[in-house]
Amino acid sequence: MSGSPGSLIAVGLQRLRLDPWLFGLLVVLVAFGSMVLYSAGEQSMALVWRQWVRLGVGLAVMLFVAQIPPRLLKAWAPFLFLAALLMLVAVVFFGVGRGAQRWLDLGLLRFQPSEAMKLALPLALAAMLDRKPLPPDWRTVIAAATLIAVPVGLIVIQPDLGTAVLVGLSGACVLFLAGLRWRLILGVSAALAAAAPLIWLNLHEYQQDRIRTFLDPESDPLGEGWNIIQSKIAVGSGGLSGKGWLEGSQSHLEFLPEPHTDFIFSVLAEEFGFIGVVAVLALYVAIILRGMFLAGQCRDAFGRLLAGAMIFMFFVYLAVNVGMVSGALPVVGVPLPLVSYGGTSAVTLLAGFGLVMGLYSRRRFMG
Amino acid sequence: MITSTRSAGMGDSRSALAQVDRRLQFLIVLMLIVLCLLSLRLGLLQLGDHEQYAARADDNRISLRALPPNRGLILDRRGRVLAENLPAYRLVVVPERAPDLEGTLARLADLVPVSDDERRRFDQQRARSRPFESITLKSNLDEEEVAKLAIHRHRLPGVDIEPYLTRHYPQGELFAHLVGYVGRMDDRDRARLDPDRYRATTHVGKTGIERQYEEELHGRSGFERVETNAQGRILRVLERNDPQPGEDLRLNVDLDVQRAAYEALGDYAGAVVVLQVATGEVLALVSKPGFDPNLFVHGISHADYNRLLDHRQRPLFNRVLSGGYEPGSTVKPFIALAGLEAGVVTPSTEVVSTGQYRLPGHSRTYGDWKAGGHGRVNLELALAESVNVYFYRLAVELGIDRISRELALFGFGRTTGLDLPGENSGILPTRSWKRATFNQPWFPGETVITGIGQGFTVVTPVQLAHATAALAGRGQTAAPALVGQREPVQMVRHDDADWQAVHRGMEAVVHGASGTARAIESELVVRMAGKTGTAQVFGRPDEDEEADEREQDELPEFLRNHALFTGFAPIDEPRLVVSVVAEHGGGGASVAAPIAATVMNAALEAGL
Repeated sequence: MSGSPGSLIAVGLQRLRLDPWLFGLLVVLVAFGSMVLYSAGEQSMALVWRQWVRLGVGLAVMLFVAQIPPRLLKAWAPFLFLAALLMLVAVVFFGVGRGAQRWLDLGLLRFQPSEAMKLALPLALAAMLDRKPLPPDWRTVIAAATLIAVPVGLIVIQPDLGTAVLVGLSGACVLFLAGLRWRLILGVSAALAAAAPLIWLNLHEYQQDRIRTFLDPESDPLGEGWNIIQSKIAVGSGGLSGKGWLEGSQSHLEFLPEPHTDFIFSVLAEEFGFIGVVAVLALYVAIILRGMFLAGQCRDAFGRLLAGAMIFMFFVYLAVNVGMVSGALPVVGVPLPLVSYGGTSAVTLLAGFGLVMGLYSRRRFMG
Repeated sequence: MITSTRSAGMGDSRSALAQVDRRLQFLIVLMLIVLCLLSLRLGLLQLGDHEQYAARADDNRISLRALPPNRGLILDRRGRVLAENLPAYRLVVVPERAPDLEGTLARLADLVPVSDDERRRFDQQRARSRPFESITLKSNLDEEEVAKLAIHRHRLPGVDIEPYLTRHYPQGELFAHLVGYVGRMDDRDRARLDPDRYRATTHVGKTGIERQYEEELHGRSGFERVETNAQGRILRVLERNDPQPGEDLRLNVDLDVQRAAYEALGDYAGAVVVLQVATGEVLALVSKPGFDPNLFVHGISHADYNRLLDHRQRPLFNRVLSGGYEPGSTVKPFIALAGLEAGVVTPSTEVVSTGQYRLPGHSRTYGDWKAGGHGRVNLELALAESVNVYFYRLAVELGIDRISRELALFGFGRTTGLDLPGENSGILPTRSWKRATFNQPWFPGETVITGIGQGFTVVTPVQLAHATAALAGRGQTAAPALVGQREPVQMVRHDDADWQAVHRGMEAVVHGASGTARAIESELVVRMAGKTGTAQVFGRPDEDEEADEREQDELPEFLRNHALFTGFAPIDEPRLVVSVVAEHGGGGASVAAPIAATVMNAALEAGL
């Protein structure tokens, strides 16, 4: 290795078990994201600082997670899962929050157990499947499906549809990567499609409203449809090159709901246009591809399943959020990963990247 | 991208790891496809539909606010204010900004009374309005209401108190029929008026001058292009086009004369018209009783409206323009002129009044008002004493056609062209009118009574005044006008001697020893010519004015005759005309003439 400063940083990062490429891409994303956040948050530098503090916490968690040896992860997986599950049950009885009970009040801080489950579930599944021959036999599949269904069910009744989908998909992703038979995948998909009316009937009214609104936003332009319509107007009016940084009328004149959290992508699209949108999406694609490359390099099935699921979760955040602001998906409260204002998801996602990079860093030494 | 490494651990079979890698690769492809589809979606929004969404973003951001023009003031001939604009406050609601509209309205109703009418109008206006438009719930708030609302506004989202200008009529009922009033714009007004000029206007002229000169008074709406945020708050004005205020309108009316006329009528319902002979300028135009026009500006309550409708003297009825009265003896000077013109009589022709007149070959008698008659009278005395027999005979000798022609020249039977809406044309009886209306021929007896202003003839007070102005001006006057002046017109041509003779007769009515209105002579500060008249309301008693008046006192008021007087002054150079109708006054001489004298004095005192 040469002695240039770049390679010195790279070596340093590798010592910390971080991948320089992935880390660098994440830094670029956060830097650009902070610019958009500054604009979306009414040019409040205080808001940006608060977000950086949270990202700092996330970075610390990422560093810590990356240091945990996979052996320990595998050993702790069942207990971590159980702990997360118990907290989800506790939410049912002691949870707080407006409208939906999602939080546990721990005195010092409020904690969202469903967030922990986003990590604990894939971890537990990967650990379990790692001990079985792959592809998994039907007994293993049923056991895995149960592990997925119980926490997802607990999150659905909170109710928090967005998180339930994310947790469910991260679990399903592990099972899929483990080699779940296509016949089974198609069969379950068909069964879900058949059960859709039943699911619809069991949704809360506000959830039904969101889906109804998604299907026909103009039917209620001042009520439920407002968010989708205003977001589409923001995105569409951005055009090719955008209205310019800090110049988005939709964002700054309060037409856009929650411009600094769930709808921050609309601000980006309005101010930086399609060019900015493509650039940011390309950045995300690079992160995903690098992440998947790292996942493929992990030395055992546990590492590959877990790392793959983490990257996939990152992708789901992105796809659901972008789908939502562009009117392609219903409004579910899923942030734009690492750009939206808010700490919880950023910490979870960075912890996930910590897992990926930690696992990758041990690709040769373990055993 | 993915190179499947074969560094399998001890527990992993090579094929199992290969399987995971294949799935990883599949997942990558799936993710890329989804992201490509999302990019496509964004591209469609940002490139394909860009123009549509850019327009909608501007629509969001920019709204047009119409600015109402200030309505012009209405002033009397000396600049005294008859209609003005006062600052007021109204309660407005933006429904989209009130999360719980019904709850908000209920809480509002606790603070200020909101009538059913106001609520209904609010709902109607809401159905018509665009999102984020403010809708008036209650206008003309009093100070206490404004204070109460200001205190509670923080817990009433979407509610605001808005300043505006409201029309006010400081003279109240005095000018109710003349100035008229403005009222809330309704669908008919909207259909009639230019929507561009009236974009921000809520009130338009409904009656009187306010309606007649709506265009001049109103002005033109301006507009503002403003940038607003989602809450409808205005952030900045992008463009402003000031409204063009309406013109102030100076009327020919004199406040003092108008008040004098209104007061002189006393408790009588009736009308007074004061004109300037040479120019036709209207100096006073009273229809009594009036009403408070301010009641109509904010929408009159049912109770107030019913009170006006049920009033015995019908205050909403504009007697000056729409009231039709028999002219009675006030028509005699015009008949006299027709007789002189035709050569049927000369000023010195004498007729013997025995108290009765009978058409040759008919048994029916037509009486004088004075029992036993007036004896031998010439034209001057016939006018001064209002000798019926003289005019029966004259009318019969003239025939209805020549009478009709003369009356038509003086403007009877058609509107005068006064600049107010709703003028009635009255009735000028002719053979063809009788045929058209009753499908009957003209009977000779009808000619007899037409000679003393009875029968079919109907005049409005303003017609009578206009005709009197023509008489005073020796045939020349201008159409009556409240604003500006009309061209003087020679309406009738007669020999100077004929005019002189009739003027002398009318002077004798007031100043002659036996004139019917001689009682007012002492009141007058000027020499005045005039003619009394009595319009029948009940039955057809003989034209016995003085005797009649005695009997009339014993009749219930609503059956008493209407008292008329029309005259001009000064005699040598007539400038002013006063015409008076006092409904159920009994007799022209005792009731209408003193009113006319008071008004004439007031006009002269006002320097007119």
